[in-house]
This record gives sequence, structure tokens and C-alpha cells, in this order.
Amino acid sequence: MARKKEFDIFSHELVPEHRVLSEEEKEAILKKYKIKISQLPQIKASDPAVVALEAKPGDVIEIKRKSPTAGYYYYYRLVVED
Amino acid sequence: MIMVAAKTIKKLVYDSELPENLKEELYNKLIDYNKKYKLKKSEVEAIVNEAVNEYKKALVEPGEAIGTVAAQSIGEPSTQMTLNTFHYAGVAEINVTLGLPRIIEIVDARKNPSTPIMTVYLDEEHRYDREKALEVARRIEGTTLENLAREITTDILNYELVVELDPERLEKRGLDMEKIKKKLEASFKSAEFEVEGYTLIMRPKKAGKLSDLRRLAEKVKKHRLKGLSGVGKTIIRKEGDEYVIYTEGSNFKQVLKVPGVDPTRTRTNNIWEIAEVLGIEAARNAIIEEIVNTMREQGLEVDIRHIMLVADMMTLDGVIMPIGRHGVVGEKASVLARAAFEITTQHLLEAAERGEVDTLNGVVENVLIGQPVPLGTGMVRLAMSLPLRPKRE
Repeated sequence: MARKKEFDIFSHELVPEHRVLSEEEKEAILKKYKIKISQLPQIKASDPAVVALEAKPGDVIEIKRKSPTAGYYYYYRLVVED
Repeated sequence: MIMVAAKTIKKLVYDSELPENLKEELYNKLIDYNKKYKLKKSEVEAIVNEAVNEYKKALVEPGEAIGTVAAQSIGEPSTQMTLNTFHYAGVAEINVTLGLPRIIEIVDARKNPSTPIMTVYLDEEHRYDREKALEVARRIEGTTLENLAREITTDILNYELVVELDPERLEKRGLDMEKIKKKLEASFKSAEFEVEGYTLIMRPKKAGKLSDLRRLAEKVKKHRLKGLSGVGKTIIRKEGDEYVIYTEGSNFKQVLKVPGVDPTRTRTNNIWEIAEVLGIEAARNAIIEEIVNTMREQGLEVDIRHIMLVADMMTLDGVIMPIGRHGVVGEKASVLARAAFEITTQHLLEAAERGEVDTLNGVVENVLIGQPVPLGTGMVRLAMSLPLRPKRE
């Protein structure tokens, strides 16, 4: 029998929620912060979270971070090739 | 006068620009006060507005030198930390790097921390029973022939290695002689193995020099019979009402697959392994946690916002970047800023070779050439629109 299936990394305590943004949402974010897409923080396409979401380079990932000071907040990362 | 409905308060509070946990706090307080004082809607509105104003006043202003403030805020308490690398903190018997050396290790993003340790939590079935925890620990703990042997002798006359095994230890690790023999036979094709009671004899197929026998013996002794590679000793400790396994050495990827392990809580102090298995965001959280824990362990408290800034900078590009020459500072866009830090001539030389242009946008460059620094008030530029033709009376 094959080994137990690889576990879902999003169930780990250390991993926050990740979500791929739609094109419209992407535009809205860039407009809100008045930035170009290249100014976003980045995440590698080989990152386990990106692989799990099946996101492609050029996508923007929304990360819902827990914060001891603000409850939670959103952070954005642009998927880039390694 | 009727008091405001909770629903109205909720809408007012939750539509404001406050962060989530402030909204909750404000909402609960308003509900309380509303019961006591029977507020009007306009009053609730005024309170919410005031809260928003206060919140905005507390935010960092554009142009604030947060990096410098973070560096100072972490640097000052660091001077009070122990310079002693090794401590037996928390878990007796296991060495942990603590204090300043550990902070440096994290910030330098070392691939291999000097004392890798995993904290392995167990699943529902195994966590309350010492025996069952031991069972999981056995699966993880790396075991070699050396660990099991009572006596190892190299018989020079007969050109063989004689290992006498300890039956108690064998049983403890759930191994028997046949299993060991099979494992060794599969891994060492150049030798024959023979089992007699609790004695194992290894005989190289080809008789050669004595040094060859010694070399092979060393390999056989160190060969892993059971457990995960990179993991050594394990220790079981009771925390609250559950048993937790601590391991010397770390193999995060493999340990998550071990049956009986709770993969959602298990962690390692090797940030790189976390980045590889769980991703960059998890690595960011791990950096924050490691720094906070190291500080707290020394009885020092640094505002977590400074540490969050450090972790954000280190993970900005999707890979862990050390802070220093090879990382955050070393990759600055400005030549002058890099040259001002370390290896000045090399940076200037390479920049000249490539024909780099420094647009003088940063702080360091401008300090260097004696211009106003783009920080605080220096960041603002004033432009005045004068009427083209002044009107005359």
C-alpha cells in the first residue's frame, strides 16, 4: 500500500490562510495601495503553499495573517518563477 | 428616549476603519455602556469617530525610520543576553543554543542551526499514554549498531568484527537479531554477517588490509538501523496532560509522515526546513516565534512589531534572506548604500565596471553626500502653483 497521503499544509498551526486573487481583485489592490505589481512582496512558484493552490507566476496571493496587535490582516504576495 | 439597538452599534463599529480586534473590543464596551447610560445614536457615532481618530494617531507616520527603531529596540536588550552558547533549557539532557548566539543564528538565516531540535506532538491516540508515546519515539529515534552494542571488538586474527548486543536495548527499540542481520546484509554487500545468540559477527568477503576492516567496521557501527536520518536522541516529556517528544537533530519532512505524530502542531527550530515543507509564510511565523521565545527565555521583552518587521524583510522575496552582507543590506539597489556597509572598494569597483547609476533615493546615500535625508520631514517636497500672471489692482 502506498504511504499515507501527504498532509494538508494549511492545517499546520504555522501556515496562515492563502487565497488566489481574481483579476479584478488584483486591480483593486494595486489601486488601493497605489503601487505597481512589481512592488508587491513575492512568493516563489515552488513554495508549498503556492503548489497546493495551483497558482501560476503572475497571480497574486492573499494571505490572511493572524496578528497579536491587529487580530488579523491581509498581506499580498506576487507569485514569481524561481 | 429609546436606546440604540445593538444591531446599529454593530454596523457603526464594524463599518469603521479599525483593525479587527479593536472593533470587537469597542463593540463590547459600547454594548456595556449602552446598558448603563442609554446612549443616543449620535453619541455612539461620536464615540466610534473618536476611536478611529485615536487609532489613526497611533499609527506610524509616513517617513518614520522604522527599520532603525527596530534595530535599536532589538539591539539594546541583546546586550544583556548571555554570551554563553549552550544551555540546558526546558528539556534536560538536550542542548539548545540560546541567547545572543541563537538570535544571530536566526537573523543570519543559517541553513543548519548548531543545535537542531524538533518538538513532536502526538495525535489523539498516542498523546496521553507514556507507552504509546514511547512507541512513536522509537520510530523517530535514530538507532545504530553502536547504540545497541554491549561490546564491540575487532578480531584481528580472524579478520572479523564481533559485536555483542544488549538484549534489553534490543527489546526497547523493538528490534531483533534477524532484523538487524537482514538490514545490514542489504546495505553492506561486501561483507557476510553471522548471528549467534546475541552476538553478531561481520566478515568481509575479501580479505584485505587491516585498515580496510577498521574502515568498514566504523561504517557498520554508524549505520542507521531504525528511525529518521539526522535525528539522534529523543526525550519524552509530559506537558500539561499530554506527552511531547523532543528530538536532538531535525528531519521535519519525514517526521510529519510518521504514524502517531500530530502533523499540525509538530515543529522544528530549523527555519529553512519549515520554509521548504510549509512555505515562506510559515517560515515568517517561525522566525517571529523563535526570536520572541529566545528573548523571553532571557527575560527580555521586545515589542513584537519590531520583530515582525525583521521577519517581513527577511521573507520579502519569497526566500529567507539573511540580514547582513549577503542578504537584505547586500542587495540594496544603491551602490553607495552597499559601499557604506562593508567591502567598500569591491562594491564601488563592480559598480563602476557595470556602469551602475545611483539615483540617491535612500537614506544612507544622502547622508554620505551630505544632502537632506528622505526621512520624516525630509521626505516631503513642496511645490507651489503660482498664478502665471499676477493680477494687479
